[in-house]
Amino acid sequence: MTDARVEPRKYYVPHGSPWPIIAAVALFSLMLGAVLYLDGVAPLWVLLPGPLLLAFMFGGWFSTVIGENQHGVYHVREDRSFRLGMMWFIFSEVMFFAAFFGALFYTRMFSVPWLGGEGAKALTNFLLWPHYRATWPTNGPGHVGGKTFGTMSATGIAAVNTLVLLTSGLTVTIAHHALRRGKRGTLKVFLALTFLLGFTFVGLQAHEYYEAYTRMNLRLTTGIYGSTFFMLTGFHGLHVTIGAIMLLVIWIRVLRGHFTPERHFAFEAVAWYWHFVDVVWLCLFVFVYWL
Amino acid sequence: MAESHLSAAHAEHDHKPYGWRRWVFATNHKDIGTMYLILSGIMFFIGGSAAMVIRAQLFKSGMELVDPAVFNSLTTMHGLIMIFGAIMPAWVGLANWMIPMQIGAPDMALPRLNNLSFWILPFAFTLMLASFFVPGSAIAGGWTMYPPLMQQFGDSFPMMIFAIHLMGISSILGAINIIVTIMNLRAPGMSLLRMPLFVWTWLITAYLLIAVMPVLAGAMTMQLTDHFFGTSFFNAAGGGDPVLFLHVFWFFGHPEVYILILPAFGIISEIIPSFARKPLFGYEAMVYATASIAFLSFIVWGHHMFTVGMPVAAQLFFMLSTMLIAVPTGVKVFNWVATMWRGSMSFEPPMLFAIAFVFLFTVGGLSGLMLSLVPSDYQYHGTYFVVAHFHYVLVPGAVFAIFAGIYYWLPKWSGHMYDMRLAKWHFWLSVIFVNVLFFPMHFLGLAGMPRRIADYAPQFTDWNMVASIGGFVFGASQLLLPYIVWKCVRSGKPVEANSPWDGARGLEWELPSPAPYHSWEFPPTEAVLAHADKH
Repeated sequence: MTDARVEPRKYYVPHGSPWPIIAAVALFSLMLGAVLYLDGVAPLWVLLPGPLLLAFMFGGWFSTVIGENQHGVYHVREDRSFRLGMMWFIFSEVMFFAAFFGALFYTRMFSVPWLGGEGAKALTNFLLWPHYRATWPTNGPGHVGGKTFGTMSATGIAAVNTLVLLTSGLTVTIAHHALRRGKRGTLKVFLALTFLLGFTFVGLQAHEYYEAYTRMNLRLTTGIYGSTFFMLTGFHGLHVTIGAIMLLVIWIRVLRGHFTPERHFAFEAVAWYWHFVDVVWLCLFVFVYWL
Repeated sequence: MAESHLSAAHAEHDHKPYGWRRWVFATNHKDIGTMYLILSGIMFFIGGSAAMVIRAQLFKSGMELVDPAVFNSLTTMHGLIMIFGAIMPAWVGLANWMIPMQIGAPDMALPRLNNLSFWILPFAFTLMLASFFVPGSAIAGGWTMYPPLMQQFGDSFPMMIFAIHLMGISSILGAINIIVTIMNLRAPGMSLLRMPLFVWTWLITAYLLIAVMPVLAGAMTMQLTDHFFGTSFFNAAGGGDPVLFLHVFWFFGHPEVYILILPAFGIISEIIPSFARKPLFGYEAMVYATASIAFLSFIVWGHHMFTVGMPVAAQLFFMLSTMLIAVPTGVKVFNWVATMWRGSMSFEPPMLFAIAFVFLFTVGGLSGLMLSLVPSDYQYHGTYFVVAHFHYVLVPGAVFAIFAGIYYWLPKWSGHMYDMRLAKWHFWLSVIFVNVLFFPMHFLGLAGMPRRIADYAPQFTDWNMVASIGGFVFGASQLLLPYIVWKCVRSGKPVEANSPWDGARGLEWELPSPAPYHSWEFPPTEAVLAHADKH
């Protein structure tokens, strides 16, 4: 609480901004597009305006904030607002993944054993599917998505991807240390390595999905195993993609000479996000691929 | 708002934008708060109209007014509109107006984000209300949207899912903003345990929002992919379980009901000391009780689904953890009563609503305790007893606290005093007819009348008629509120002093009325803080 007294400046309150309403319209276009497409009212192109507007909005909103920052509008307290904001945003993302991990744990611990005739709801097995034995992986007593399907092993692409992502966590930390010591050359190289590793991860995962769909009969529709596998790894992959794009933007800003050894909130925010994506992956590796 | 009351020091900084830009590009916490409150009012009357149709249909047995499918859509939408459209935006509106004023901040910490959190909502509600007019009408499986019933709705299904995603984004961004404002923009010297209780309860509410809105988004996403992309989350044939949805939904849903009520606790804890002219009894106990309630809210969700067929050990756990909540809630009610004990009481409209809150919220709390008992819940589950319970905590609970807050702070917002006599009419009509409306539902539920039905056996007719009459008068008397507010803002008697209430404490009453456009451009000094504490 001492900062406020040391610092006599007024807290910066922007006077009117068009970006939030553009963001609201962009989000609405995104959702409305999805509704129109899913309800079969309009063809696939209705999905396009939302992301385009969203990209335009992010570009505009962030350049406004970066511009304000370069003009020295922000000080210690504004900086702390951004930090706290990013922290709690990441926490909300953690809770989003928690819902899907919860679904995975619930089905593995409860609903699949129950379907197999154990515990509180054994009657379902007795009456509906007397021949079903609970196993994991499973696509359920109804064999939703086909009689047989392959499963992803923890020693294949997943292990390589774990290495890729852990290495990228290391490189982003090296980049951060370089930034703090003013070694811009090291910073540029290791930040570039980080997002390249990020895109490598996404590429390998795309390959894994391709294999699953074409050779293993493992699809989103492959019962509960396919559902949890693709939803968890899919949302994670989406977050890696977003994180890698953010790293790329930060790298471009570094090339343009932004950030000082003392003040580089945007860099740190993206680094936090990257570590969050990393930790989620470790949970995925353990609970989806390995156990 | 009249500008003549602004102090000279503030007037020069008062570049207020004009015209539509002021609202669409708004970054000012008061403007955004006002928009939230207006939106909440509109949704309150839309959701209320749905309730009026419901009560008209249930006036006597027989299908006379609306089609059963329409009736089911109306009950579903009434719940969703009131929760997400009326009560939650009202709390965020009050938070926007009051938190910066109460902690000595110039504005919210992230003003542009604040604008986005609001402007998402009109779009979200457009999508949600438009779902009434698509083929097959709005979803009709109840506000809890359980599969597989929810999976059977047509074009309105994705509209509702995406509307809820939008509301969730808005709530998360709003909650982040509130946490950051409270943690970062407090005046020097305002330690956490010196914050007004409305700020405290909102801080804890914001944590709840950030923790559970993403979980709701997850549940909605699973519904969406089950419906359109062939996943098996809620499909037993594929190894999933419809009950999984209930777990995920109520992991969100129980903290959600505390999101609806904790800010009410804060407002009541501000108002009762003001009009009892005594400091709040047990301030710290109130803070800890709020935190305990919030913590417990995460481990009680199973009590919403006792009859779904869960293991006995789980039923026992959820029953006991639920009954534990009565302890911190009891601390709160005790402290409110103890604050009034031997106080120098006066009964202006905010205090009337606050006292009614203490009594009637407790009625709802006690019926909640009855519902927490597994064996009795087997009897009450899915009956009108449950409807009576949650309407007691949400209408004379949350909604009365919103009214109390409006009547308490309106003079500060507008610089005018409202018509006290009309406000008392609003109070007495509300408090009498809310009981005529909801109390008979206890009897109906105990007698076995199921909820969410368009028609019922004739033996339930008498109490349904009473409830409907209560509903019509209660509904009509709510029209007084917008009239009172409009009249106050247009032509109310100006408030000369900083505070129209002689017993009110807190930083907001150190500001002129109406409050300057930027509340505390320079943080208040320790002397101002000390004055606000004592008054």
